Amino acid sequence: MTGASAKTITAAFRGALGTFALDASFSVPATGVTGLFGPSGCGKTTILRCIAGLQRLDGLCAVDGDVWQDGGIFRPPHERPIGYVFQEASLFPHLSVRRNLLYGAPRGKEPARSDAIAFDEVLDLLGLTVLVERAPQNLSGGERQRVAIGRALLSQPKLLLMDEPLSALDRLTKDEILPFLERLHERLSLPVIYVTHDMSEIERLADHLVLMRAGSVIGAGPLSALQGDPALPLAATREAAMSFDGDVEAYDPAYGILTLRVDGGRLLAPSSEARPGERRRLRIAASDVSLAGAPPPGSTILNVLPARIVSHAASGPHEMTVVLTLGHAHAGQRLLARITRRSWEQLGFADGAPVYAQVKGVSLARK
Amino acid sequence: MTALPADIWQPVRLTVELAAITTVLLLILGTPIAWWLARSRARWKEAVATLVAMPLVLPPTVLGFYLLLLLGPSGPGGALASLWGARTLAFTFEGLVIGSVVYSIPFVVQPIRNAFVAMGERPMEVAATLRASPRRAFWTVAVPLARPGFLTGAVLGFAHTVGEFGVVLMIGGNIPGETKVLSVAIYDFVETSQWYEASILAAGMVVFAFVVILAMMLIEKRVSRAGA
Repeated sequence: MTGASAKTITAAFRGALGTFALDASFSVPATGVTGLFGPSGCGKTTILRCIAGLQRLDGLCAVDGDVWQDGGIFRPPHERPIGYVFQEASLFPHLSVRRNLLYGAPRGKEPARSDAIAFDEVLDLLGLTVLVERAPQNLSGGERQRVAIGRALLSQPKLLLMDEPLSALDRLTKDEILPFLERLHERLSLPVIYVTHDMSEIERLADHLVLMRAGSVIGAGPLSALQGDPALPLAATREAAMSFDGDVEAYDPAYGILTLRVDGGRLLAPSSEARPGERRRLRIAASDVSLAGAPPPGSTILNVLPARIVSHAASGPHEMTVVLTLGHAHAGQRLLARITRRSWEQLGFADGAPVYAQVKGVSLARK
Repeated sequence: MTALPADIWQPVRLTVELAAITTVLLLILGTPIAWWLARSRARWKEAVATLVAMPLVLPPTVLGFYLLLLLGPSGPGGALASLWGARTLAFTFEGLVIGSVVYSIPFVVQPIRNAFVAMGERPMEVAATLRASPRRAFWTVAVPLARPGFLTGAVLGFAHTVGEFGVVLMIGGNIPGETKVLSVAIYDFVETSQWYEASILAAGMVVFAFVVILAMMLIEKRVSRAGA
């Protein structure tokens, strides 16, 4: 692993962690949202704290060409250009929302960077305008967490670290905050490392994924590459799905149907209006994809796409998980299909065979 | 009502002066000790905590005896006093201040330490991730959050210094205007059968104690409300 290359986040830490050893290393692009995903207690939070410098284990940490930790080098947390959102909002109770937001904002001497995030922009982005003069004690859980996110952003970080920022919130509050996080992702170029044990948050937010289990990294890469890798546990779960972005090509207001271009094909999905050029996050569950040898003559299914079988693996005694790539000609976007072993054998599918993927449901996340 | 005799006021003024100086010194000295006791992971931390707590348990005469040795002409206090031509720190106001600081230290350090512990690590971590240096985080986060502890410590330290008797008797004696504080004055008035003066001072102390304890309870109530 190279030390400190630009546009890369490199982290490698070793140490004892409760009952097991932590020995995790990964390298991900310093752009977009990287999900750090794994079951509770697998060491995700420890890794995040080590990147922030809040905890010190042996290892290496370099972000976008800057070495933060390596051998004898250890930059203390207040000298690392990070923003950190804890599981609990942890607002300063003795300061108003405004003074909480401005606590970490650069003060005095140094001129503002040209790409600095402005105070009003943060208020607008996170819907905080009406809350600024309040005391933290008078905010709801969701409002507090939004203030905590705004406070981290206004410290003008070069890397935002989020430690299960939604897990202390109830379902409704989560749904209230997720759109704000999606807007952050769209409007700011800030790289984010997002720790969670909830796959639905990863599916909505992440571009890259680091999969962890019991203190080790078992996979790292683009989200859909890991979702569609049969060797990794994600593809084998009941909820296996592929998440990827599509570009809006057209919107048909008469039927309320959106046409999205993805690598290797076009997908239709019912949706509210969207303008061409916008991007939308799609989620296609493996159980919503079935296969046919030839295009079916007439069907209520909107999406029937030419595809090619990449690989297959048994999931349980009677089911198969099939990895597809869209398009007959070249390797496009990957999809997963969950079919019965009976169909697989009777229809005579094989790796490399051209097929037609029937997609029963496309859900759009990013609004 | 007859006018209060003039010699009542001198010990009162002296006591307030002593308690105020002692409290300020204890806040300055006690805060770093409390911070260290709250945050350090050193194994010998509890030994230091025990030393700080000793005056709670030691008889004032024992404490006074050792202070007398320390402050007297042949102790370090005497050496210090010789810098400005004095022979000893014992039986002086300065000596009394030193004695009071030692005697009242647990009453100031303990509440401040508890407040720092109750705050937890998180606020300081948050401040660090917001680019605050440890110094700035201490002044802008730890001190304001521990304010109730500082208030309690200051009130207890002040009150305890006002009430000290044994230590004063051992190292201060009974010099009017120099070391004759309230508690000693009451004792004196009783010895010389000046019951009227003694009862005024004693009643004043009762009122004072009531106000102190009431203030403490109000502080605590405010804290638990802010924490909710």
